[in-house]
Amino acid sequence: MNFSPLTLSLQTAGIATLIVFLTAVPLARLISRKLFPGKSIVESLVLLPMVLPPTVVGFLLLYLFGNNGPIGKLLIEWFGIQIVFSWLGAVIAAIAVSFPLMYQSASASFANYDPQIEQAALTMGASKWKVFFTISFPLAWPGLLAGLVLTFARALGEFGATLMLAGYIPGQTDTIPLAIYFAVESGNMEAARLWVFIILALGFSSILWLNWWSKKNILRFQSEK
Amino acid sequence: MLFVSIQKKLSHFQLQAAFQIKSETVILFGPSGSGKTTILNCIAGLTDPDTGEISLDDTILFKSKKNKLPIQKRQVGYVFQDYALFPHMTVRKNIEYGAYDSLVTQQLLNLLRIHHLADKYPRQISGGEKQRVALARALATKPGVLLLDEPFSSLDEETKNECYHHLNRLKKEWKIPILLVTHDKQEAKKLGDRILSIREGKLKSLPPEAF
Repeated sequence: MNFSPLTLSLQTAGIATLIVFLTAVPLARLISRKLFPGKSIVESLVLLPMVLPPTVVGFLLLYLFGNNGPIGKLLIEWFGIQIVFSWLGAVIAAIAVSFPLMYQSASASFANYDPQIEQAALTMGASKWKVFFTISFPLAWPGLLAGLVLTFARALGEFGATLMLAGYIPGQTDTIPLAIYFAVESGNMEAARLWVFIILALGFSSILWLNWWSKKNILRFQSEK
Repeated sequence: MLFVSIQKKLSHFQLQAAFQIKSETVILFGPSGSGKTTILNCIAGLTDPDTGEISLDDTILFKSKKNKLPIQKRQVGYVFQDYALFPHMTVRKNIEYGAYDSLVTQQLLNLLRIHHLADKYPRQISGGEKQRVALARALATKPGVLLLDEPFSSLDEETKNECYHHLNRLKKEWKIPILLVTHDKQEAKKLGDRILSIREGKLKSLPPEAF
């Protein structure tokens, strides 16, 4: 039995989640409380991958990151990195489909506490960075963590966009969802069952853990307002 | 001394405020939506006036949208209406957050009689206690002016009186300009050296006897 789909999936989803977390959270904090012209257009664009069929996301990514695409071409010329048919393609596909989930959770978390709490910290002489790390981030953390778990689960389960951008190359781009599809395709039901079981176990335990954790923590700091 | 002379367009009227405060308690008295909180926010830097000038002693806080001091450098102690305590920090951490030094934290815990609450979280203490913590926290930065936005509005009579007592004591010890917003006549009378009445953005000076 070849276990590369498991390690590849965890690696892909892990890196994608990290990148999504580090980009979606600051973006959400920046945008969520600001009013500017075109805000709803920016937010719609950010959330768009959530409602698009993964094949459409895959198609667009293929256009952007393909060897002749506007970004793909530059990456090859400048760094010699090819995205199509590589595990990086799987990471990018996972980022694209899971970004909206993290963004939405983060937006909701930052809107969930009284903005005066941050203003109070500012009047006490704290820099914007200090306010972010000591006030905004800890207060939003329960929601951010929920977003993190959803993001990871979504990244782990990505199939359509991954197949279109990264293809199915055993040992390189065969994440678990792809492995399941091609196992069934080739009549290898035993392998398919195993991967299905692993995905079910991962999904179930992460949701179970998250529910347990939020029950324990979400009420802890809640401000009475 | 705090000097304020500002204009700002609000949704239904033009806010026009000009006044000076020495080491005294001045009450900003008026109905909801008359622009009281906006004046405090302009002084603290949470919002900008359209035009005008705000200065504290020799420091210019605001002269124009391009020439103003950032919130962090204004040395303004601000007690918000809902206190806005940091819910994930203990009382001590709340006060220490912007404290000038560790000595002042201890002093304020004692002065406002909240030292026994130091290790409690905001959700574990009563409204009156929260109010005192918010006051201690605002003073811990050794501000040059203290702004209070209806700080006693959610307290019962007895707690209110206790808080008045604390504030009057602080006034004597700290000797800084205090600007307090309220729509409670009794409170204005009990705490104010001077009263500025505000209606639809226009200020009028009233002697406390007129109340």
